[in-house]
Amino acid sequence: MNALVVVPTTTWYLLLSAVLFTIGTVGVLVRRNPLVMFMCIELMLNAVNLTFVTLGRRLNDIDGQAIVFFVLVVAAAEVVVGLGIIVAIMRRRSGITVDDLAELKG
Amino acid sequence: MELFVFVCATAMIIVGALGVVLRKHPVHAALSLVLTLFGIAVLFVAQHAEFLAAVQVIVYAGAIVVLFLFVIMLLGVDQVENLKTEPLAGQRWVAGLVGVCLLGLLGAAIYTGADSVISRGEGIASNVAGDNPDANIQQLASSIFSDYVMAFEVTSILLVVAVVGTVLLSRRRTAGKS
Repeated sequence: MNALVVVPTTTWYLLLSAVLFTIGTVGVLVRRNPLVMFMCIELMLNAVNLTFVTLGRRLNDIDGQAIVFFVLVVAAAEVVVGLGIIVAIMRRRSGITVDDLAELKG
Repeated sequence: MELFVFVCATAMIIVGALGVVLRKHPVHAALSLVLTLFGIAVLFVAQHAEFLAAVQVIVYAGAIVVLFLFVIMLLGVDQVENLKTEPLAGQRWVAGLVGVCLLGLLGAAIYTGADSVISRGEGIASNVAGDNPDANIQQLASSIFSDYVMAFEVTSILLVVAVVGTVLLSRRRTAGKS
């Protein structure tokens, strides 16, 4: 194998997923639109999925991919319920940001 | 070759993620999310997880983002958000500081722990590695339906609960009842 060929190692993938997770965290902290905050949570979930697949490959174990399968299912259920809640709230009060939802009253 | 794939997918992921956070328009943010999800799917293929890459594209890009777009259109919340105003004083700076600290912590953990990961499994069958085309799906299925069959069954309960809960949440209450 040519010595000049650089192959991305496990560390590269893990650092990429760390960067992605951080971007998602900052997005949740900064944005105020509940839908965009949900998208940032999806970013964080995807970063974790990438970590699972990367370490599964490094460990030579299929369990990493099996867990990602379950994370996908849970993420889908979470998005459905979360968007249902957002729709229920927005139907009463439109054009709302998360700052207007500081109390648990309708 | 893998380096080229990695660099391209990384560019897609980072640009998409920054787009989700920085774009003012929620529809643009959702489309940036699609870019990120495709980049992740590319990296899944590069890491011998073809089935998960397909599921990623179908479930995330096909279902979840479409759901997001539906809600955005349905509620008419697609107006441009003013990102200049900062309702909490100093929030951006604190968020940036938290991000830098988190990235530092994760980077330190990866740097110190990467070498202690030792290969212990029996290998991942994959089309990329030159096995037969269905090897990845077969191996994943035999893992899910033997080792994780209990979690798989619980997942079905979770989905039923999510569906019923969403129907209850979004149902319009008719006058007279409750």
